[in-house]
Amino acid sequence: MSELLRFATAGSVDDGKSTLIGRLLYDTKSIFEDQLEAVERTSRERGDEYTNLALLTDGLRAEREQGITIDVAYRYFATPKRKFIIADTPGHTQYTRNMVTGASTADLALILIDARKGVLEQSRRHAFLSSLLGIPHLILCVNKMDLVDWDQDRFEEIKAEFRSFAMKLDVHDLTFVPVSALLGDNVVHRSANAPWYEGSSLLHQLEEVHIASDRNLIDARFPVQYVIRPQSGTHLDYRGYAGTVAGGVFRPGDEVVVLPSGFGSTIAAIDGPGGVPVTEAFSPMSVTIRLADEIDVSRGDLICRSHNRPHAGQDVDATVCWLTEASTLSAGTRLTVKHTTRSVKALVADLQYRLDINTLHRDDTAGALSLNEIGRVRLRTQQPLFFDEYRRNRTTGSFILVDDATHSTVGAGMILGPSQ
Amino acid sequence: MSMTYELSHLRTLEAESVHIVREVAAEFERPVLLFSGGKDSIVMLHLAVKAFFPARLPFPAMHVDTGENFDEVLAFRDETVERLGLRLVVGSVQDDIDAGRSVEDSGPRASRNRLQTTTLLRSITEGRFDAVFGGARRDEEKARAKERVFSFRDEFGQWDPKNQRPELWSLYNGRHRPGEHIRVFPLSNWTELDIWQYIAEEQIELPSIYFAHRRPVFRRDGMLMAVHPLMTMAPDEEAFETTVRFRTVGDVTCTGCVESACTTVDDVIAEIAATRLTERGATRADDRISEAGMEDRKKEGYF
Repeated sequence: MSELLRFATAGSVDDGKSTLIGRLLYDTKSIFEDQLEAVERTSRERGDEYTNLALLTDGLRAEREQGITIDVAYRYFATPKRKFIIADTPGHTQYTRNMVTGASTADLALILIDARKGVLEQSRRHAFLSSLLGIPHLILCVNKMDLVDWDQDRFEEIKAEFRSFAMKLDVHDLTFVPVSALLGDNVVHRSANAPWYEGSSLLHQLEEVHIASDRNLIDARFPVQYVIRPQSGTHLDYRGYAGTVAGGVFRPGDEVVVLPSGFGSTIAAIDGPGGVPVTEAFSPMSVTIRLADEIDVSRGDLICRSHNRPHAGQDVDATVCWLTEASTLSAGTRLTVKHTTRSVKALVADLQYRLDINTLHRDDTAGALSLNEIGRVRLRTQQPLFFDEYRRNRTTGSFILVDDATHSTVGAGMILGPSQ
Repeated sequence: MSMTYELSHLRTLEAESVHIVREVAAEFERPVLLFSGGKDSIVMLHLAVKAFFPARLPFPAMHVDTGENFDEVLAFRDETVERLGLRLVVGSVQDDIDAGRSVEDSGPRASRNRLQTTTLLRSITEGRFDAVFGGARRDEEKARAKERVFSFRDEFGQWDPKNQRPELWSLYNGRHRPGEHIRVFPLSNWTELDIWQYIAEEQIELPSIYFAHRRPVFRRDGMLMAVHPLMTMAPDEEAFETTVRFRTVGDVTCTGCVESACTTVDDVIAEIAATRLTERGATRADDRISEAGMEDRKKEGYF
């Protein structure tokens, strides 16, 4: 069975990021001849001295004209072992918004470091954002090793420097790979140029990293998305609660409780898409749960176990990344929070501090968050939310902020816990 | 499988698509699903029907009919609508031409492809649809690789690629004002190969032209085009009969076929796994307009 791995990359053309992605796509035969011809043609027309593989991902006219990546690009490739989705994001500070977007669903982050330049501010920022977004696995590719003559000491030096920085972050699985993206060393195959390197190639690591246990299989959480009631034909009495499992494992026969009502019942049956009976439902399966008792359940409710409930409350502390240049966030800002399948009005009660994403310094005198800024915020919601800490559950611990006047998505939030 | 709690990549994609479809049904007043009889919209419809089992699909399907479709595909469309008991809205490009709202190209290479935008936007307005499901995939084309799952359209139906809403986790923002709408792409993360593997696993029926058949064709711009009353052949273009199949299904005038002996879904999967050309690069004349052909059409409101 082939699994799906989503990974995010961040960086600029200088790091060799596009070359590395191009190499992964090319060597797994995921670039097609007509795509390569189009890229070669455009490279020539632009006067590039080499085939600019960045053109493969820079799909918008503005990106091609300005020679920069503006937005997240999604790329797909597969090996017999896994299917991969790459969220390729630009690396500069002014695109933090895009990096956060690409990182939100990633299982793994790939960060590139130029072996000649070592750990830069940009690499630290990428690592910080990856840990903030709760990406469980981090692979640091030390690139352009050919330009430092495959010097093991240089590799070890970078490793040590990065490790000491990463200790300050919430990173559980950190791997280092010495590569030359341009020449292909250690990208798909182990290279003979680094006999001292005992690990496997980058692609091999991407194929083998264990992701199934990253999901929360302990805390049963089921936000109700949609109520299915055919009210006709042969299914007159059918009443099912459709949604996507956000945590834990649900089985027919389980005793459950519905929030906010607090009514208890037993799971009578679980239907997969199309009505296929399901014996165990876990994240990220989309299923329909049927209960033994007729109780009032609607969209926005949450089904869980009586002895393991999420926090319920109207006062939430969260790390928020502000995503718009049209406005700022400060105490008193009113917004709509979309959290799981619930949308509620909210008020920013307090901006506790703004975080410098390069130095991790906390500025508690900051009065507002503007585009690409990150801070700790206290929210008061009009109705209770049922939530977990983001580091415990990325689904029940995340929310977006929507501006009620423009309807734009203006913020992304990761819940730290109930306000103290 | 249940011991390790692992989900195959196809079931993961299916779960994501079902989640998206249900989210739209829960949050919008009047969704509609674009259905052309092509394989992607067939898979999208299949997923949508599965999402609401055992209830019926809670929204209608819509076909923008150029009047230049393959007969096999139209017949398939009608059978599917009948079998699933769907309500079908047909937006007719001919109606817009007759009313003077669209002007047809002339010449031997005329195509109604671009005229679909006027008809699509008119049909969305007339139906007062606020969410429109499309079967586009991000792996198809580079402008599509940048588009959101919930993609906002202004009151003129236009897409602004530089001003897209950030889309994080599986939290989709469908907010809009009256007159604006959201295009929704539940198959965003599927590739051509995923589509075919899913068709095999689910034993989904397809129009016959996706499989090898004998057909009179002629060569144009490196593609094989069907000999058809709607196609005007140039004096130097020569017809011949060969065994072909279609990799994508659009209008007769802009969809090429490929030489192929594939008669089963498994044959097709093997062929795609070995091919060195993208499906649109191999068979779509409409994408050859320019480097940004798709982006420009999408900005105007195209699929």
